Parts: sequence; structure tokens; C-alpha cells
Amino acid sequence: MTKALISVTGLDSTGIIARVATKLSEMNINILDITQTILDGYFTMMMVVDLDGAHMDFAAVNAAFEPIREEMKMTIHMQRMDLFDAMHRI
Amino acid sequence: MIETGEILQTMRMIQEENFDIRTITLGINLLDCAHPDAEACGRRVYDKICRMAKDLVKTGEAIESELGIPIVNKRISVTPVSMICQGDPRPIARYLDKAAHEMGVNFLGGYSALMQKGATAADNRLLDSIPEVMATTERLCSSVNVGSTKAGLNMNAIKRMGEIIKETANLTADNDSLGCAKLVVFANAVEDNPFMAGAFCGPGEPECAINVGVSGPGVVKTALEAVKGQPFDVVAETIKRTAFKITRVGQLVAREASQRLNIPFGIVDLSLAPTPARGDSVAHILTEMGLEMAGAPGTTAALALLNDAVKKGGVMASNHVGGLSGAFIPVSEDIGMIEAAAAGALSLEKLEAMTCVCSVGLDMIAIPGDTSAATISGIIADEAAIGMVNNKTTAVRVIPAAGKKAGDTVEFGGLLGFAPVMPVNAYSCEDFIARGGRIPAPLHSLRN
Repeated sequence: MTKALISVTGLDSTGIIARVATKLSEMNINILDITQTILDGYFTMMMVVDLDGAHMDFAAVNAAFEPIREEMKMTIHMQRMDLFDAMHRI
Repeated sequence: MIETGEILQTMRMIQEENFDIRTITLGINLLDCAHPDAEACGRRVYDKICRMAKDLVKTGEAIESELGIPIVNKRISVTPVSMICQGDPRPIARYLDKAAHEMGVNFLGGYSALMQKGATAADNRLLDSIPEVMATTERLCSSVNVGSTKAGLNMNAIKRMGEIIKETANLTADNDSLGCAKLVVFANAVEDNPFMAGAFCGPGEPECAINVGVSGPGVVKTALEAVKGQPFDVVAETIKRTAFKITRVGQLVAREASQRLNIPFGIVDLSLAPTPARGDSVAHILTEMGLEMAGAPGTTAALALLNDAVKKGGVMASNHVGGLSGAFIPVSEDIGMIEAAAAGALSLEKLEAMTCVCSVGLDMIAIPGDTSAATISGIIADEAAIGMVNNKTTAVRVIPAAGKKAGDTVEFGGLLGFAPVMPVNAYSCEDFIARGGRIPAPLHSLRN
């Protein structure tokens, strides 16, 4: 399974989770885990997703968040979980 | 499952503490490109590099995007050119530079000669061409090995390199003698070094290999901020833990690149390589340990601890460790070193002492333009002697900045940074260097 971490941060507003989740669903990407909180007025969400079912490659999935980045002024990073596994698990 | 705190730590390292992979360097063997006709040899070289490295930059960028970690440089190292050139090496240099441009790599290393024991005819031709080649190519890097623990010091080569560095400085005088920033003189050069300007693909290397250099002085400094005032046992342990994490990512990137390019994984170089950016300084790790400035008494001990802890932490994180592996202390590429040199806290002599306990040597140091060739050779001889006797790699990359005197500043730009011109001991070593010949290998070279 190719897992990726999607981190979403920015000023809080209505419908951020909905927009991101809908976009993932459109690309057939399953959400495995979500944590979300508001830190000093900043919306902070981390999602772990499974990319195996995705209709497109990594770069295209990442690019698909561009409208959400622009319209909702959110910072959205997508990184393969391998990075975190390498650093924190032996 | 990875915890949120761990994820945030990784993201902070990348976004705020300048953690990056410094380079993916593709080593390419060019021994099969040798040809009596220099043009024909150059064309073979060009074709082979373009064939082997065509996906290097693209693959590096894809890994960078998927892992979300910057891979700052994608580079190529090749077989020392003196081993393949049977005539004039200059056409080969032009083809190498062209290949570097074509492949989109910012540096290509291997305009090199290994002459620790003596020179071949090709070595001499290559040496003679270095000033012109450094002045007329953009991305080609040159290195010359002038000594080793096994062979001793080739003092003829050391004498010649002083002259070559001067000529290179004068030919590139319009650019603050930038040519010298692409030229390094080694003792005990390593064959799988991924870092420039000294990278080349040694004769013992396979047909091709992926070598990765990691970085992250900012991450180590931040980790040490959390243990302020605590004993060195804690400092060493903190550095080891951090180095382990950094190197694991280097290993991951190396494995990915190797799989995708279908090229064998060579080594991960466990290095702390600074850049001129604030928060990316090895010198600031030393000041975090309690020194007012790099160069203060205690600096050599601090660096010794740092260098050792980086290796101990890193070696468990990668299945093949190699290259130069250790902390780098280039002056112009490290804001803390620049500040210390400008303030007079750091002298050439202190830097020499520091090179006894860390990776490599006198690196990216601007010296007055009127420094004589013999004095530069003397500096090289001292540094090479440290390498020879201590069984370690040492190097000299000094820039006798044409027209500049001590206290002036030279500006190289980008990763190469800027540097105050440092004073050099004015007493002559002319007669010492003029002797030539070889300094015999030390007794402990006889280990069999």
C-alpha cells in the first residue's frame, strides 16, 4: 500500500474538510486516518490516505489540490508516509 | 502508526531547520570511452553520460516532490579524465561541460588526476590544462590527489598545484577568481564522494552508482538548543539521535533513486554540509555548544565531538556508508564561519587544526591575491601531511582572489557564498617547496 500524509493548514473557514475529502473521493483515494485541530486560530489537519486506488499518479494528485489551495488560501502538502517511517521507525 | 508529534517534528526539520538532501550524485565509469583522438574520446564521453544520466534530474525531482524533502543538487561524477585521455584533454573538458548542461546538473566532477605517487604523461597534460579549463567551462569541477597514507606525498605535484591555483585565479580574476572554487587538492581522496568540487568516480567503482549526500546542520543546532548547559555526554547522544534520523532519509532517497533509475546504490555520505543561509551553519552548532564564535579555544574539541557523533548516529541508519562522511567546515559556504573569519576569531592556522578532527580540510577560503604559488603549495603540503599521517582525507580549496587583500570580501554567489579574505603567514617556504621529490609514506602505512 502506498500511503501518503496530507497536511492542511491555514486560517479556519467553513467546509475545508469537506472540500478536501470530496476531492479525494473523486480521485478514488481512501482516507485511513484524520486528526484535526485549531491551533491559535489556525486550522491544522493531517490525513493519512491510501494512494493505491487513485486514478492518477502522485504528481497529478498533488496538483489536483491547487484550486483548494488558491480559493481557500490553505497550505496543502502531500508526502509519502515512507519519509516519516524512515525517520521515526526502525 | 506514526504519531502527530513525530510528523510535526519532521515537517519542522524540513520547513524551518533547512533539512535537505544535499545531493544525488551519479557516478559514471568512463574507462571504456578512451580513444587516441581527443575529439572522438570527448564524443564518446558525451554520449555515455547523456545515455546514463538522462533520467537523473527528472527522477530526483519526482522523489523530491513525493517525499516533500528538497533534493538540492543532482550531480554527476566521472572517472578521472587523466585515465581516459591519451592526448589533449581540453576537448574532453568541453564535452563534459556540454553534457552537464544537457543533463541539467549544476556540477560535474572528475576533471581529475590521481598522482599521489607520481605523474603519468596524461596527468601532466591534464594539470597543465586546468587553469584554462576552469576559466572556460562553467559546471566542470577538477580535483587532484597529491598524497596518501600508503604512498606518501608527491611534492612535485604539490609544487605544481600551487602554481596551477595561482594561474586559475588570475584567469578568472573578473569573477573573484571563481575558477579556484571548482578546484580541490586532496590527500587520501575517496572514490565515491558525492560532494563537489571533489567528486569523481574512482577506478575501483562499478560501471555506475548512486551516491547520496545528506545535510542538516540546522536540525542538529535546534536539537542542541533543547539541552543547553547539559554535559557533553548528553550533547553527543543528542547529535547521534539527530544524525540517525537525517541519514535514514538519505538512505530512503538513495534506495528510491537507485530503484527508479535501475542503477546500483553506492553509498550514503554522512555529512553535515552547510550553506550560506542562516540556520544552515556548522559553525553555529559549535557556538550552540558554548563557544562565543567558531575559532575560540575549544573549537577543535567541539568539532571532534560533533564529527564523531554524526558518524556514530549515521552509520546505523544506512547499509553502506562512504564518501567523506563528517562535518564540513567551508568558510564561504557557512554564515557562522564567515562571521568568525570577518571578526578575526578564526585564522587559517585554527582552521588547519580543525581539519585534523573533521571531514576534509581547508575549504573555500579566500586568501590575498598576492599570495605566492610556493606559499599555496606550503599550505597544501601541511594539509596533505595531516591527511597522510592521520589516515584521513584532507583537501585544500583556497582562492587567492586576484587583486584582493586581507580584509576584502569575495563574492561567489549561490551555494558557494561569500568570504572575507583571510591573512596568510607571510614567511617564505620557497626553498622547501623547490626541493620536489616525494615525502615517504609514514611507518604506519605498512600494515600488512
